[in-house]
Amino acid sequence: MGKTLFEKIWSAHVVREMPDGSSLLYIDRHLVHEVTSPQAFEGLRLAGRRVRRPDLTFSTMDHNVPTTVDRLTIADPVSRAQVEALQTNCDDFDIQLYGLGDAHQGIVHVIGPELGQTLPGLTIVCGDSHTSTHGAFGALAFGIGTSEVEHVLVTQTLVQRKPGTFKIDFSGRPGPHVFSKDMVLKMIGLIGTAGGTGYVLEYGGEAVQALSMEARMSICNMSIEAGARAGMIAPDETTIEYITRDERPFAPRGEALDRAMAYWRSLPSDADAVFDRTLTIDTGTIAPQVTWGTNPGMVMDIGQPVPEPDAVPGYSREDVQKALDYMGLVPGTHLTDVDLDVVFIGSCTNSRIEDLRQAAAVLDGRRKADHVDLLVVPGSEQVRRQAEAEGLDRIFKAAGAQWRFAGCSMCLGMNPDQLRPRQRCASTSNRNFEGRQGKDGRTHLVSPEMAAAAAVAGRLVDVRTWLET
Amino acid sequence: MQPFTTHTGLVATLSRSNVDTDAIIPKQFLKSIKRTGYGPSAFFDWRYTADGQPDPDFELNQPRFDGRSILVTRNNFGCGSSREHAVWALAQDGYRVIIAPWIERNGQRLPAFADIFRSNTAKNGLLAIELAESEVETIFKSVANQPGLEASVDLAAQEVTLLTPDPVRFRFEIDPGAKEQLLKGLDAIDLTLAHADDIHRFERDHDTWL
Repeated sequence: MGKTLFEKIWSAHVVREMPDGSSLLYIDRHLVHEVTSPQAFEGLRLAGRRVRRPDLTFSTMDHNVPTTVDRLTIADPVSRAQVEALQTNCDDFDIQLYGLGDAHQGIVHVIGPELGQTLPGLTIVCGDSHTSTHGAFGALAFGIGTSEVEHVLVTQTLVQRKPGTFKIDFSGRPGPHVFSKDMVLKMIGLIGTAGGTGYVLEYGGEAVQALSMEARMSICNMSIEAGARAGMIAPDETTIEYITRDERPFAPRGEALDRAMAYWRSLPSDADAVFDRTLTIDTGTIAPQVTWGTNPGMVMDIGQPVPEPDAVPGYSREDVQKALDYMGLVPGTHLTDVDLDVVFIGSCTNSRIEDLRQAAAVLDGRRKADHVDLLVVPGSEQVRRQAEAEGLDRIFKAAGAQWRFAGCSMCLGMNPDQLRPRQRCASTSNRNFEGRQGKDGRTHLVSPEMAAAAAVAGRLVDVRTWLET
Repeated sequence: MQPFTTHTGLVATLSRSNVDTDAIIPKQFLKSIKRTGYGPSAFFDWRYTADGQPDPDFELNQPRFDGRSILVTRNNFGCGSSREHAVWALAQDGYRVIIAPWIERNGQRLPAFADIFRSNTAKNGLLAIELAESEVETIFKSVANQPGLEASVDLAAQEVTLLTPDPVRFRFEIDPGAKEQLLKGLDAIDLTLAHADDIHRFERDHDTWL
């Protein structure tokens, strides 16, 4: 019987099978950021331990950093202490840091691929659930807790139980103005926020094969919102083209690249490989998606009304009512009739150059509604420079947007970019949890194009018909 | 790490599905570089009113739950962010055990706990117990009917006993690695370092970019 992409990478990284049925797995890349690492480094110091492979460990500052022009001086003393702690830890343990002010600083899941650290066939971990993003390259990448961060720093391994395999096939092609964000939101709505728990997802099918690397990253990024620690896409010519661009300093070159490519081409799941579960989604039937509730599984087509509390499969009446109360919505409402206060374009889900190009194409020659604050936050400093070289920043500013420096920003509001209570936001981020973007803030997850159109209209619109009129 | 063998304590209920780690410990508390001090901030946004007083409408603030150490809740607890701060907050707020149900949807079994959260619990002496939906429903009803209801948990025997007048016993499954780690309070890094030779040998033959 053939092997899946996941099984090939897993078996190539087993250091030792443990008596209890788990495996000691070797980790090829460890990405570190300021929020989930300080306690791990403190553990190392207390035990007198060293970082085993500083050469495989990379670090950046993203969650806490201000995105305004005065970002280098962090006003919040607690945020500043955390950022300074990472600087000290990287200095003390000899770890490469792309810190605040560095040309490559940015969201950890944006800069890893940009720098060529993210490659097919690798095991990649980070103390961050959206590490699943890197699976877009055909890597096995997953989020870990701080105890596991410490474990990887010291041993370059993790003890893991082998998850199941779940193939998601997106057949056909998406209609106009339907993006990978809509595909993954649709999938989460279908299988639920725990539907992937215990599995590694592999995305395939015609619609996935046709996606750019940026779009693939958006899908894999949100695997965790379906409960799956990892999501993967088989490497192909699109992957190789992305990796072999000139600006990726850590990607292999020359003879090393030839050997790597031969290996990468052996990774896709074999034709006779068997998955534990499979699901086929007809991509052609997917409409632009928008969340109405307080988790990413509470999602619907843009044209649908907000559901009745007892009409949502997989959720109790009590849970739906709590979500509607929090969101300030009543059943039957069309979200296209509800005013927005804020539009956020950014996050590790949708802050790459292609996302910004899509938003800029909608905003070009238009202006945001007066009552809406529009925030555009590039995922990395490299993305920011590229966007400015293409003139996208001028389009955003002319549309009335705030054009910022790189960071996680309003996806989780650990920096000053937060919603105020009861503000309603169309957001390209990944989580519409209660309080996620700011205490009592209300989040509707959408694609970058939908977010840009919403900023102009002042409320959510069906971008397919709105752009035609 | 504090070992977990047996525990008897007051049971509190939180009837919500999909409780995410943002709800368990909101963002502003993630700026700390310490491992302690999170307890009073557990469920912060639900627990306190805008002026910082305990919100009487939050289930877990009921006086009858004062001193609770066993939390019974609904499916997919701990979803979302990987933040181990969520587990630190629960453990430091006095919880030793969390019980939630697996459920069935579209013929699939959906686990009680999110993967990363569950993995974090075992490393911090917090026992996550998965029961059937009907069993958890029984606990919810018993707690509603009997203020002060306690339960007793025996990890070695993999049993929860609800200390009702006529005690009800539930058996639970647990990952053998997590069980061992909890029972002995083992340091996972020490355990792995015992295999340092294997890691060294693996590294010698392994291309970390290939």
